Amino acid sequence: MTSVSRWVLVFYCIYLLLPLYWLMTMALRTNSDITGKFEVIPSNPTLANFAEIVTNPVWYQAFGNSLSYVVLNTLISICVALPAAYVFSRYRFLGDRQLFFWLLTNRMAPPAVFLLPFFQLYSSIGLFDTPLAVALAHCLFTVPLSVWILEGFMSGVPSEVDEMAKIDGHSFPYFFFRIFIPINRGAIGVTLFFCFMFSWVELLLARTLTGSTTKPIVVVMTRTVSASGLDWGVLAAAGALTVVPGIIVVWFVRKHLVKGFALGRV
Amino acid sequence: MAINKPYNNRAWLGVLPVLLIVSFSAVIPLMTVVNYSVQDILDFNSRFYVGLDWYRETLQDPRFIDAFGRQVLFSLSVLAIEIPLGILVARGLPKSGAWTSVLLILLAVPLLIPWNVVGTIWQIYARSDIGLLGVGLNELGLAFNYTSNPTHAWLTLIAMDVWHWTSLVALLSFAGLTSVPPAYYQAAELDGASKWQVFRYVEMPRLGGVLVIAVLLRLMDSFMIYTEPFVLTGGGPGNATTFLSQYLATMAVGQFDLGPAAAFSVIYFLFILLFCWIFYNSVMSDETVEDVVEDRADDNETRHHD
Repeated sequence: MTSVSRWVLVFYCIYLLLPLYWLMTMALRTNSDITGKFEVIPSNPTLANFAEIVTNPVWYQAFGNSLSYVVLNTLISICVALPAAYVFSRYRFLGDRQLFFWLLTNRMAPPAVFLLPFFQLYSSIGLFDTPLAVALAHCLFTVPLSVWILEGFMSGVPSEVDEMAKIDGHSFPYFFFRIFIPINRGAIGVTLFFCFMFSWVELLLARTLTGSTTKPIVVVMTRTVSASGLDWGVLAAAGALTVVPGIIVVWFVRKHLVKGFALGRV
Repeated sequence: MAINKPYNNRAWLGVLPVLLIVSFSAVIPLMTVVNYSVQDILDFNSRFYVGLDWYRETLQDPRFIDAFGRQVLFSLSVLAIEIPLGILVARGLPKSGAWTSVLLILLAVPLLIPWNVVGTIWQIYARSDIGLLGVGLNELGLAFNYTSNPTHAWLTLIAMDVWHWTSLVALLSFAGLTSVPPAYYQAAELDGASKWQVFRYVEMPRLGGVLVIAVLLRLMDSFMIYTEPFVLTGGGPGNATTFLSQYLATMAVGQFDLGPAAAFSVIYFLFILLFCWIFYNSVMSDETVEDVVEDRADDNETRHHD
């Protein structure tokens, strides 16, 4: 059965790579070349599509817009989730299980349900068309997930560590920031990965909460699709570039990834 | 894990920031939706209270029922493929070494691609004029065209979802498999266990926990799917691939039918909540049973020592 699994893995990797390969070849060809003839290996590859994205402000600003709300969201999520995960892992308190469940239900809420109310809420407080609006809206999914992952990791840190710090005469803030957080570096890395992942890939809320000044990359891509004269080459190049930040993040957390995918609960 | 945590209500201070930020993004919008769902809104100045009419109407709406049916069929199909495939892929991964890192990163890639880009990738991959898959299938003599043939549209969507999400199941399963102590395998080998028995009695028990998470995440996420079909098929041909989220978005944003859309939202959310609640309770009650058993075992041990 192991050999069967090995073959499945090989075929699955090919299945995984083929669409990505196709994306890359498209990104390296001009639009007339793509629609003109079909070829598996590009005969005259060009970087023109990438040049278009790097030089056209609509594209590179959109990239910046996306990164700004993703970074903002990740920061907010981790800052609020750290203390919450700590108390969940160390104490029992009135309504703790109910609260935990309620948090998880937000991870399960379909974004489509919240589209209109979000739009009205953020418009009424003057946040519409700012990166902060998207960052806060994405907190709906990323905060519960962060608490869940961090709590799992922190429960694995023995509470003797807390007591030792107390005996050594360290204050609680010193213990929390100088001892406890460094111990959980890996956990924070994994959480970062998940926050990044869910905020970066989301389209529906990002599209609803942004106007002309903060249009994220994912939205610019869909607008190009609806515009006249669909440019497959530029679209593929933009798509290929959106894969890059993800690969960078996954590279940094690769050692903790497997543990994190078990959400610290194996 | 039977750690006795001290009871301390000051712990609420630590949860407060999370509570505030999630309430802001969850409770206010949810209340707005509930509020809309019982009103007929012509514009924002003239609205009437209509009670539960929209709910009744939604539940009897044949388009809602159709979309719901398609949604269930889609979710079950992708689960039926992704879970076994994910387990097999995880078993095929080497447990350690340079290849493990490379393969893990490769597996993680589809999870990190923006969802509309996933749709775009599959659009240019499956199109029958410029796509490798589309052209390839046509070369093989199949008249493949996902934009006009509903069956082909369905198969393409399922293939795309398998491409996009099997990695999650595989990574979760791999995390479960690495927690099997090597001694278990040696013991199984000494007992002359067949490969199937090793899988069933050594690996499966360790996979149980992560598989529950995998099934839950995949079920919920596939139930909320919007962006990928929106980009790939736009819900077509006809309504063949219009799922719940897409129908809802058309209703709320496209046609601005606020009342019915809100009632739809509430029903949709309650349905997911129900799933979640049943699941959470079954997992939690299992855990409590384990705790009790462990506590008893501990008690017995201490008694023996006395």
